[in-house]
Amino acid sequence: MKTALSNRRMLAVVTLTLVSWGVRAQTDDDAIMMAKYNLCVGGMYSHSAWNYYWEGTYHRNNQNLGTVTTQMVGLMGIYGITPRLAIVAEAPYVWTDASAGVLHGMHGIQDLSGWLKWEVYRQKIGSRGKLKLFGAVGGSVPLTNYLADYLPLSIGLHSRTVSGRIIADYQLGHFFATATGTYTWRSNITIDEQSYYTTQFIESDKVYMPNEETYIVRAGYRSNRLEIEANLSGMVTLGGFDIRKNDMPFPSNRMDATMAGAHAKYEFQSGRLKGLSLTADGSYTVAGRNVGQSTMFGAGIFYIFDFNHKGKTLETPTLKSN
Amino acid sequence: MRTISYTTRFLVLASLTVLLACNKTVTSVNANLAPLNPANEDLNAGTWKLILLSRPDTFAVATPAATNTTAYAADLNQIKGFQHNLTGDQRGEIQYWSAGGVLRWNEIMRGLVAKYNLPPYQLPNGTYPIPSSTNPFAYPNFPFSNPPYAARAYAYVSSAQYDALVACWHYKTLYNRPAPYVVDSTVQALAGKTSLPSYPSEGAVLAGVTAEMMQLLFPDEIANIQQKLQQQEFSLIASGAAAPSDVTAGEALGRQVADAFIARGRADKAGSAVGTPTIWANFVTTTEAAGQTAWVSLETPARPPMLPLFGSVKGFLVDSANIVALRPGPPPSTSSDSMQQQVQQALNTVKNATREQLSLVQYWADGVGTWTPPGHWNYIAAQDFVTQNWSEVRWARNFALLNMAEMDAAIECWYTKYYYFNPRPTQMDPLIRTLTGVPNFPSYISGHSMFSSAAATILGHIIPSRAQAYLTMAQDAANSRIYAGIHYNIDCEVGMTVGQNIGNYAVQRAMSDGAE
Repeated sequence: MKTALSNRRMLAVVTLTLVSWGVRAQTDDDAIMMAKYNLCVGGMYSHSAWNYYWEGTYHRNNQNLGTVTTQMVGLMGIYGITPRLAIVAEAPYVWTDASAGVLHGMHGIQDLSGWLKWEVYRQKIGSRGKLKLFGAVGGSVPLTNYLADYLPLSIGLHSRTVSGRIIADYQLGHFFATATGTYTWRSNITIDEQSYYTTQFIESDKVYMPNEETYIVRAGYRSNRLEIEANLSGMVTLGGFDIRKNDMPFPSNRMDATMAGAHAKYEFQSGRLKGLSLTADGSYTVAGRNVGQSTMFGAGIFYIFDFNHKGKTLETPTLKSN
Repeated sequence: MRTISYTTRFLVLASLTVLLACNKTVTSVNANLAPLNPANEDLNAGTWKLILLSRPDTFAVATPAATNTTAYAADLNQIKGFQHNLTGDQRGEIQYWSAGGVLRWNEIMRGLVAKYNLPPYQLPNGTYPIPSSTNPFAYPNFPFSNPPYAARAYAYVSSAQYDALVACWHYKTLYNRPAPYVVDSTVQALAGKTSLPSYPSEGAVLAGVTAEMMQLLFPDEIANIQQKLQQQEFSLIASGAAAPSDVTAGEALGRQVADAFIARGRADKAGSAVGTPTIWANFVTTTEAAGQTAWVSLETPARPPMLPLFGSVKGFLVDSANIVALRPGPPPSTSSDSMQQQVQQALNTVKNATREQLSLVQYWADGVGTWTPPGHWNYIAAQDFVTQNWSEVRWARNFALLNMAEMDAAIECWYTKYYYFNPRPTQMDPLIRTLTGVPNFPSYISGHSMFSSAAATILGHIIPSRAQAYLTMAQDAANSRIYAGIHYNIDCEVGMTVGQNIGNYAVQRAMSDGAE
């Protein structure tokens, strides 16, 4: 019932758009909760690159961009308020670069995101099966005044967001499958320009941002020590417009993507390294629209601090199968 | 725990519902302006100096039916019929067009420029297709409304609108037929009232002249523009401002005036400004023969230089001898220490750009997919013009002055750019990574500086209380190109001076056109 963090997942969104997203908080989308009064703190790195992208539905490269690379270092913290309620916060530093052409890359602190995740329902199924349902609400705010309308090299879209999420997790022995669905409301943004063209000409510095839906399905092996999974994730914006032929991308473009990925985590169970875990992730964009076809890999390191009274509990930062 | 979680669930759902209900619709800043309410009808505007026409009555407008005839009574009945059955959309259109035809058509033009301002995508063999006005619907669509093209388009539309309205005012005062709401008090004035005679309708003149100009400038858009024309003309009639006969006469006059400008446009040499591979190669040979590093395209595959012969286009304010005389002296030799200093300065600037500088770069970028720098200055002008309560003819006159200055600035600028064929900073030092796209034409002198300085000069004459503000904006626009790493200081310094010289030609015309 008490579990450690898991699934430090370089969420697919990092890798997929022409915008260089930062990572979103990791444990906000998995089926793992923190032990009460346990704080997990970690750092993550990810590297995502593409040289092909979809201009609308047209799959092309661009010799004036070459390979567009986005790197990210994120700090995150997860705290177990109760065994069934956890809070997650994260802030990334992002930097971008294009290997060809003349454009200058960007770098800076991106958005602070936070989630409140709670376990709503659990049910044993048979002798070894277990079903859990989770709900989460989250939001993000830009931490700095970075440029949004500098795609594909801007570090983010500078929208404020509010999200609602449902997670369903089924575990049978050491094997599990999880499905996650998220609806994200995105605020309009303000750009430095006074006009822009979408499918129509608008004289304003305000830009309508379509909302967004994302999903992740994953399946794999999960034990106290080791977790290995394969995953498929996707996003669609609920509106937005296609990049026109040879035009620049724009923050309110339609951005759809499907990614296939894998994730692994190792958690030290004893000795001096107890409480430490290491993660590795990778993903590849298999389909998209107005996004880069990125290949991403990432790694993370996390440590759990237990603020329970000493000796009162032996709750350790391990994943228990309850 | 359960209780909290249910409460939280409820709160979350409630707040999400509120958020989803939020209206995020974004509209243009001028969507809801009050009706144009001129402080002065400029009844003498029929005598103002014309740009292209030789006389205000070059095109005849027939004597209108008197207001006590059955023909006019039928006109009034049509208006009343429209007013009886107005839909919400139609009321919205009346409100939209009542802000002023010159303003609305100028906004529409800015939108068209932005829509068509896309450089063609390369062919599989690494060359670039050239948009053709004889086959406008095929890719690449005609036109590629880059800054020189746009400057010329704005200038043709604005100057044609001006000449057409001068002719319109001539006939208005000649025939002196009052507006329908003056003749018949049961006709409502839904777009405000003026004392201006309504035959021929100034709104319909604007619709006719602008729609006709599209044949030359945005041929793909003729059908869309025809729809706008119909909306405007319906609004004129349904608002009670114009009788159907006012509108018919106005549109016909507008189209005839436009045809004169189209004839000029077909012969102004813009059609051959693209050049040929031989001409492109000659720039390199000539520059290298003079011991200078020649400009090369920084795009891959290399794109031919943008409209290299635009410097030969026939201007509105300055002639070809003026263009040569106004050409500034050369930039520092590409092999000189002085040039090396300019390059070093460009590198240092772009490396250390602040957020404020980035904002200026973005604000003034006006690059691919935008209204271009002349369009930006049209917007700046329009935002001040709406506070001035001018007549339509004065609106047209002031936009014509601005846009003739912008077009002639483009001509002078392109002439200078290709005369010296000077490389961009990034060509001189590839370490200079830029904060906006590098324009595909030579560096010296800066187009933004010229457009902005010329615009600030004529606009400062038109609205003296804003002169200092315009100069500050122009300097910001010039500096933004240095911050972006795409220009040397000297490009912008000299560009500001030459732009002012062009702007002064517009000021000279303004002081002698009979409107001041």
